[in-house]
Amino acid sequence: MLNSLTLILCCQLAGELTVKATGITAPGPVIGMLFLLVILLLKGSVQNELETTANSLLNNLSLLFVPAGVGLMLHFQLIGKEWLPITISLIISTILTIAITGLMMVWLSNDNSDETLSKQNNKNKGLNE
Amino acid sequence: MNEFGEIWVYLRTNPLMHLTLTLVAYQIGNWIYKKTNLNPLFNPVLIAMIIIVPVLLISKTSYADYFQGAQFVHFLLGPATVALAIPLYQQFEKVKQSAFAITVSILSGSITAMLSAIFIGKLLNSSTTALISLAPKSTTTPVAMGITEQLGGLPSLTAILVILTGILGAMIGPLILNFLGIKNKKARGLAIGTASHGIGTARAYQINKTAGTFAGLAMGLNALATALLLPLLWHWLF
Repeated sequence: MLNSLTLILCCQLAGELTVKATGITAPGPVIGMLFLLVILLLKGSVQNELETTANSLLNNLSLLFVPAGVGLMLHFQLIGKEWLPITISLIISTILTIAITGLMMVWLSNDNSDETLSKQNNKNKGLNE
Repeated sequence: MNEFGEIWVYLRTNPLMHLTLTLVAYQIGNWIYKKTNLNPLFNPVLIAMIIIVPVLLISKTSYADYFQGAQFVHFLLGPATVALAIPLYQQFEKVKQSAFAITVSILSGSITAMLSAIFIGKLLNSSTTALISLAPKSTTTPVAMGITEQLGGLPSLTAILVILTGILGAMIGPLILNFLGIKNKKARGLAIGTASHGIGTARAYQINKTAGTFAGLAMGLNALATALLLPLLWHWLF
């Protein structure tokens, strides 16, 4: 747990430092993710411990958005004034983004098969959405 | 009354209370979410917000005070982003096979997300502040906040719009993809991850590991693309 957390934090720190040093606009943790990916590719394997730590973070990813979400209380006024254009723009833009990304991927990879369903002997059929 | 007052003052300034509030509210949200069979309308983040905001308003607690406790949770966003490298690595062969298709799909989605939000907002007479705060809405929270700040918007408004986009995408994403007949798990993951970052990824991850991994990949690449392209686009447009 401690080893893998240290590795993750070192990658993040390296990412943040790279951003500061080079002035690129990309966020530190994203660069950190790329660093960790390169380390794993060079090593050629993932330790169980690292996988466990990563899964415990990723399985609770939603929780990590709560503090920022509560920040809603700071902007009742602006949202009250502009809720309509914001809502419409948000909804249409999200629909367009999902549709275009999905369609492009199906079109470019020329593959619209449902591979995981057949592999997992229909265990997750109910969850196939 | 005095004694209670003292305890209250102590608790309010202690990060423990708001950290606990955050976790308990989220647990309640998650419990309801599971009870409703993962119905995206009952998104645990949304439920947690609906519980916490009134508690803070009624107890006259400022957001800054709340954040003293909540920051410990918020901090983990960075390590969690880094940790996405692990599922990415595990699926690397699948990613490598279709690297071109993946990159182009995510870039198309990323540009669609930015331009459509800006143009529709502009068409409906949004203020510039709202537009800037809206533009990076499909990007993961810390990234979006950074971009907004750089362009002169309101980072905390962006945080909320990002979360609402995430919830919306997690809710309607599967419906849109079903409507379009997109079955490919990679395409489904990419679409949800590009449009609705971590919340979409979390949802995709719960449903299917492949979709979750590709959602995480899309979130990462979209964050990179938006962070690099949006400042350029913005200065070019305005």
